[in-house]
Amino acid sequence: MDAPTQQEASSIGNEIGEITQLNAVQMVCGRSSGGGTTGCGSPAGRGDIPAETWEKVKNHPCYSEQAHHHYARMHVGVAPACNIQCNYCNRKYDCTNESRPGVVSERLTPEQAARKVMAVASTIPQLTVVGIAGPGDPLANPEKTFKTFELIHEVAPDLKLCLSTNGLVLPDHIDTIKKLNVDHVTITINMVDPEIGAKIYPWIFYRHKRYTGIQAAKILNDRQLQGVEMLAKHGILCKINSVMIPGINDQHLIEVNKAVKWRGAFLHNIVPLISSPEHGTAFGLSGQRGPTPGEMKALQDSCEGEMHMMRHCRQCRADAVGLLGEDRSAEFTTEKIIQMDVKYDVESRKSYQSSIAVERSGKTIAERADLTKCADNDSDIKVLVAVATKGSGLINEHFGHAKEFQVYELSTGGVKFVGHRPVDVYCQGGYAEERNLGTIIRSINDCHAVFIAKIGGCPRAELIGAGVEPVDLYAYEPIDKSTSAWFEAYLDRVNSGAIKHIEHGDPAI
Amino acid sequence: MPFKIIASQCTGCSACESECPNAAITEKGGTFVIDPKKCTECIGHFDEPQCMAVCPVDNTCVIDTSFARYQVRA
Repeated sequence: MDAPTQQEASSIGNEIGEITQLNAVQMVCGRSSGGGTTGCGSPAGRGDIPAETWEKVKNHPCYSEQAHHHYARMHVGVAPACNIQCNYCNRKYDCTNESRPGVVSERLTPEQAARKVMAVASTIPQLTVVGIAGPGDPLANPEKTFKTFELIHEVAPDLKLCLSTNGLVLPDHIDTIKKLNVDHVTITINMVDPEIGAKIYPWIFYRHKRYTGIQAAKILNDRQLQGVEMLAKHGILCKINSVMIPGINDQHLIEVNKAVKWRGAFLHNIVPLISSPEHGTAFGLSGQRGPTPGEMKALQDSCEGEMHMMRHCRQCRADAVGLLGEDRSAEFTTEKIIQMDVKYDVESRKSYQSSIAVERSGKTIAERADLTKCADNDSDIKVLVAVATKGSGLINEHFGHAKEFQVYELSTGGVKFVGHRPVDVYCQGGYAEERNLGTIIRSINDCHAVFIAKIGGCPRAELIGAGVEPVDLYAYEPIDKSTSAWFEAYLDRVNSGAIKHIEHGDPAI
Repeated sequence: MPFKIIASQCTGCSACESECPNAAITEKGGTFVIDPKKCTECIGHFDEPQCMAVCPVDNTCVIDTSFARYQVRA
């Protein structure tokens, strides 16, 4: 093994740990309440993040909560093979209506992928990032993955490259990853205890041999953690994804968080297990449930003191295209791309993106200018609110058109983004879909209010009945400013005895 | 007996293709096939047949009993 000796490893670790701690604190940015605040950062959105880290993350929709409103990403599905089996994954099932990792509609050769990237970049100037995330493991297909990166770099050198891996063979490929200027690597780490790993991974294929059980999990985890350290050492940003599986690794993910933090990961993204039986995964078939939004939030909150937590992940398909939360992959099938007139114009892309940058910095300053903390209120009350938004940090979506609601936690410490709730749209082609209303309300009934640009009479009455106040007073206003103003008024109403604060339970989804 | 791939179960993931020490595996219409003339059951190369060990679907890379057992040439 080319692993460093234990002493070496721990001294590297300490060094990295200190750096990361610094990064973690700085990444937290925003207000005093800690990470995940809206509009992560001070006026320009940058906070005190070291310049080189900020340069790498500022336009990456998956890393910056603000950037994801403005910049687009795409995944190219060039890597079908995998070298491990996970109980939450079944890549055989493919349906274009399905949105989850590990799934693509068509597999691409590196050449097709490069052409697709050009086509998307010339149609969607917001595109800043190209990733390889599967549908298998990118590093189990090293030739295809690296050839794709090379071709993309030739035709579109301004695009950032990233990849997402299970980490089993990551240490073998660090030098190539560095050489190809891949600046972000995501490793999915679900455990640091092989006994727990054995419940998640039935087997791995490593150095020409299939391993099972605890031995498999131990090899996998050793390699993953070694990979985290090596990435940090090479200055490649490392994000950790963890799938939260209630009863198996939920509390254990706090240990995972600590283990990856001191080794140098800069961001931890805990995602919920997706386990519908129709996906045919082992967990889906065994009836293993996913976590509730309340369980997710509690776990993310308990990890937050340790390092910056990512909460806006949309768990994309391995061939997703567009802004986070939208998928335009159907516009860019190989068949359609062949007919497209593709012109890669670096200059026009640059000017478009600098206009976004200008708009973004102006907006953040405006948002922040009259933000007032509830200084004269020292209440312990925390409430969740849902917001219908199309992006740009504004309350600008109608209740009936929302495909998802963003959820913010309000306290005297500030406004904190804590997640999003996908819903079935209430208004379908101008008609109210009554069946959807009940499920929409149930999915946000842990919130005290829902902020919308507009809402009809019927859903308004039903929301009030469910204890969720519909608020359209702040239509087209910035989210954080509006929700803090509402919260201040809420506290005043509670303090004056006009209303009584009632805690809401977990939503029923 | 060489190995064969049961096409109806093959996901077409290609994991076996690059692991085969004999380059006996190729794609055919979205799934993969093993050339029985080239397959050596990995004897002399690895302890276990690589296609079977890496395949994500159990019982998909299996012994093809319609052929004679592979003989190591002296």
